[in-house]
Amino acid sequence: MGEAIVITSGKGGVGKTTTSANLGTALALLGKKVCLVDTDIGLRNLDVLLGLENRIIYDLVDVVEGRCKIHQAIVKDKRFDDKLFLLPAAQTSDKSAVTPEQMKQLIHGLKQDYDYILIDCPAGIEQGYKNAVAGADQAIVVTTPEISAVRDADRIIGLLEKEEHIEPPKLIINRIRSHMMKSGDMLDIDEVTNHLSIDLIGIVADDEEVIRASNQGEPIALNPTNRASLAYRNIARRILGETVPLMPLEDQKPGMFARFKKLFSSKSS
Amino acid sequence: MKKTQNVTIKGTKDGIVLHLNDQCSFQALKAELEQKLLAQAADEEENSPILAVKIQLGNRYLTPGQEEEIKSLVRSRRNLVVDEIISNVITKEAAAREKAENEIVPVTTIVRSGQVLKAEGDLLLIGNVNPGGTVIANGNIFIMGNLRGIAHAGYSGRRDAVVVASNMVPSQIRIADCLNRAPDDYGEEGRHEMECAYIDESDHIIIDKLQVLKYLRPNMTRLKGGFSYG
Repeated sequence: MGEAIVITSGKGGVGKTTTSANLGTALALLGKKVCLVDTDIGLRNLDVLLGLENRIIYDLVDVVEGRCKIHQAIVKDKRFDDKLFLLPAAQTSDKSAVTPEQMKQLIHGLKQDYDYILIDCPAGIEQGYKNAVAGADQAIVVTTPEISAVRDADRIIGLLEKEEHIEPPKLIINRIRSHMMKSGDMLDIDEVTNHLSIDLIGIVADDEEVIRASNQGEPIALNPTNRASLAYRNIARRILGETVPLMPLEDQKPGMFARFKKLFSSKSS
Repeated sequence: MKKTQNVTIKGTKDGIVLHLNDQCSFQALKAELEQKLLAQAADEEENSPILAVKIQLGNRYLTPGQEEEIKSLVRSRRNLVVDEIISNVITKEAAAREKAENEIVPVTTIVRSGQVLKAEGDLLLIGNVNPGGTVIANGNIFIMGNLRGIAHAGYSGRRDAVVVASNMVPSQIRIADCLNRAPDDYGEEGRHEMECAYIDESDHIIIDKLQVLKYLRPNMTRLKGGFSYG
């Protein structure tokens, strides 16, 4: 029996879909059988990020409405040996095409066959959100160190805490720009975690490579050297229950050097 | 058999007390009261000073309408006015309301954006109020945590209510019908730990150190729980 994890944020554009794609990839790399479910009906793009767009034949709404069997709609990622799968959202319907009850049944069915089901939630707190959380056992809230994203995350956490079938949500802080955090122009990690008061499961640095990889349909988590990729892989390990320390932020080392330099220069002067 | 008196008038050091029998009917009581007052009125002088009387009901419950009747009856005597009506009994409803209003309601939670936490009496919140979250109480609000959202104490009009927080950086404070908005920027003007908000004499909400409460609201110190009536 697998576990269903919903990835949500409230605010749009903070990286829910990117996080879903990369965590799915990272979990698959760790040998787990993963099914990604895109619940952003009408605005799907998880398939694009994974480079699976042109393999879609049926979608989530087709399954729910009985036009096909669930295994017909699920798309397999050929880069992995039977590890990563995607249940795409419909592009032609909207959020009201599915009810939370139907989603619950669907996710329950998937839990029999997969180790992890990652549910990519649409932005907002309306029907789409309700569908996405209906079948979930756990929740990951993605936010960026911006005040608007943190506010929305706070709202979402409040709603998630009311869902009795979901464990206390975990937090990912995405798109961290360490130089801005250091200069105080961006909320720092402590501020965000103090405000939201939930467990932090990972931090991901802002990296242009992530965008490049997404545009090519290859999740960054496939890249073994990139920092953002390592961050996602670490989060995947934490999901599996391992204790992995947080990665230091990118330019902490040069920062230290600079401080030493200052020290020496002030002595010599 | 000698008829027991339904109304006895006693003079105590606190003034005149009318003891009303709690076993007879209300009609009989009223009749006797009227008669007694008339008898007294006869030997009172025209210009005697106005006296406040207390009415002791014993174990009788009077509806607000009946209380009014008794009051007007006494008032019809030119030099008497009802100061207080004392009864040993109150309705369950009133007791429950009284209890709710005087109770401290402890809650352990984080009030997040979009959430509203409301208490009938005093609210003791163990946790934070995040921006966009609201706490409302009929009485005082005590927050063991950060107050970053909105707090509304004394919402049904108690102007003596206060808001206390371990870390006071609210977006708005409301007490009864007064409102105080946060400065646009809390900036670096020191810490905001252990502070309280109250209404001062000029109807402004003031945020001050916690120490001042002891002098401003001495009634807040209650060394025992429960409630007192009368």
